[in-house]
Amino acid sequence: MTMEIDPQPLLSTRGLTKRFGGVAAVDGVDFDLTDGELRCLIGPNGAGKSTFFKMLSGQTAPTRGTISFAGRDVMRLEPHQIAQAGIGIKTQVPNVFNGLTVAQNLLVASRRNRHRMPPAEVCDTVMTRLKLNDIALREVGRLSHGERQIVELGLVVATAPRLILLDEPVAGLSDAETERTAHLIRELHSEVAMIVVDHDIPFIRMIAADVTVFHRGRILLQGPCETVLDDQQVRDVYLGRQVVQHHAT
Amino acid sequence: MSTAHYAILQKLLLTGATLLLLALPWLVNVAFLVSVNSCDIMGILALSMALVWGTAGIFSFGQSVFFGIGAYVYAIASLNMDGTAIPLLLGILAATLSAAILGYFLFYGRISEMYLAVITLTLSLLFYQLINSLSGPQARIGVVSLGGYNGIPGVPTLSIPGLSDSQLGYVPMYCVSAVALIATYAGLRMLLVTAFGQTIIAIRENEIRAELLGYDSRAYKLAIFSIGAAIAGLAGVLYASWSNFVSPDLFDLAFAGQIIIWAMAGGVGTLAGPVVGCFAIQALTTWLGTKQLTDTNIVLGLIFMLAVLFLPSGILPGLRARLVKAA
Repeated sequence: MTMEIDPQPLLSTRGLTKRFGGVAAVDGVDFDLTDGELRCLIGPNGAGKSTFFKMLSGQTAPTRGTISFAGRDVMRLEPHQIAQAGIGIKTQVPNVFNGLTVAQNLLVASRRNRHRMPPAEVCDTVMTRLKLNDIALREVGRLSHGERQIVELGLVVATAPRLILLDEPVAGLSDAETERTAHLIRELHSEVAMIVVDHDIPFIRMIAADVTVFHRGRILLQGPCETVLDDQQVRDVYLGRQVVQHHAT
Repeated sequence: MSTAHYAILQKLLLTGATLLLLALPWLVNVAFLVSVNSCDIMGILALSMALVWGTAGIFSFGQSVFFGIGAYVYAIASLNMDGTAIPLLLGILAATLSAAILGYFLFYGRISEMYLAVITLTLSLLFYQLINSLSGPQARIGVVSLGGYNGIPGVPTLSIPGLSDSQLGYVPMYCVSAVALIATYAGLRMLLVTAFGQTIIAIRENEIRAELLGYDSRAYKLAIFSIGAAIAGLAGVLYASWSNFVSPDLFDLAFAGQIIIWAMAGGVGTLAGPVVGCFAIQALTTWLGTKQLTDTNIVLGLIFMLAVLFLPSGILPGLRARLVKAA
């Protein structure tokens, strides 16, 4: 009998696969995340990162494989059950309640706080922390893209998840907003595990976490930020392509 | 006019309308009162549409079905027993249960918006055909013959509980409907500021986001669909009691469509809008009917086309936009 030396991972997928017709968007991914870890997920467009997130949050049913979270099989759960289990997600395109004010948005999320803290209290805390007080009474649909991104992040934080999935949290943000978000992510990192998908390499360097590279639905490489970003193979499939694109435009 | 001023105006208008409805028996003759009574009842039906479509974003073509179920169940039950309190409750209960069963399949089956509209539309056609064909000596429930397309005549008016031969007169019946309308409106206003109501609105705004936060949108939608049906069922009961008659026409498409038109004309997304639309269109229809200038439907059709062009969001939201902008 052997003892596990590693602590039980918070999130673990085995052979996770999603096929759309004949194409495997995610192809047999074995992924582990320890509790409290911050991990970045990078990879070119179509590498399967968003599909991977959609399976983790229950928005898409996997074709094959297993997902376990906090020692529990969450494969067949509905999105709201996964959220209740403690996985919160900020989606790629901001998903917010457009017709409601910032405060109303946060209040709706605060009522789903996993520690059942008083909603008004949670709402206030999040609002202060994300510096949303000035726009509390504005309708979210009328805010800038960057502000909506931050409101959505606030919604996720208000529910007090154990794991936060962030799909391109700084897409469309100004440099100042990006820096603020990076700071916030580092701060949140002390409380909650996080997986961050992004293309923005300077941003990835800012939060300097372990990096997993997705390529054609599989994990290509994984390791500390600097090692991975300097890897020749990674440059070829990802950074290399980005350089070519920059020349083209 | 600022938003705050508009809110004050809105309160004044609301209070005025409430007082007018309650004072009407002293202001007009009985014939007029009886016709306003039908507006009150249809106003309650409009509120059920305002809740289901406007608040929860569920486009249901079937509110008339729940109205019809309430009316038929009340008719059959009240003719079979003494007193009308139990038939009243049975009517509302039957409408609610039908919606709960149908809604379970619609929402837990994650039927998309468009198909939900088609399915509820089909339901009204089904009921129309079913009730139409239920005639002859076999089609009886207790002492009541269903009468197929002839409907059921002689439905008792509501009576005071405990006194079975105390059927309400025109004026008390009017008061019951008016109070029911006002109470339903007030109840829904209160519902919408609760956590439950705010969640319903959030789900309408972004169902995926609500689910990703941990809300089971299916359960919330089922609940609101059932509450909407209960309100439609109440309206149906009051209608059967008011007209002393039910017929398959309650399930026909023209009636189902009318409810949607009330909501669109008055303003989807507000609670009062569909009620205003309902009163306005019913008044107009009655007025056109007495003038006999031309076919009522042609004039109504013209008005809808003009309304869509010039007041696309409906009377109340249109008024608000104009008044608030004018400042």
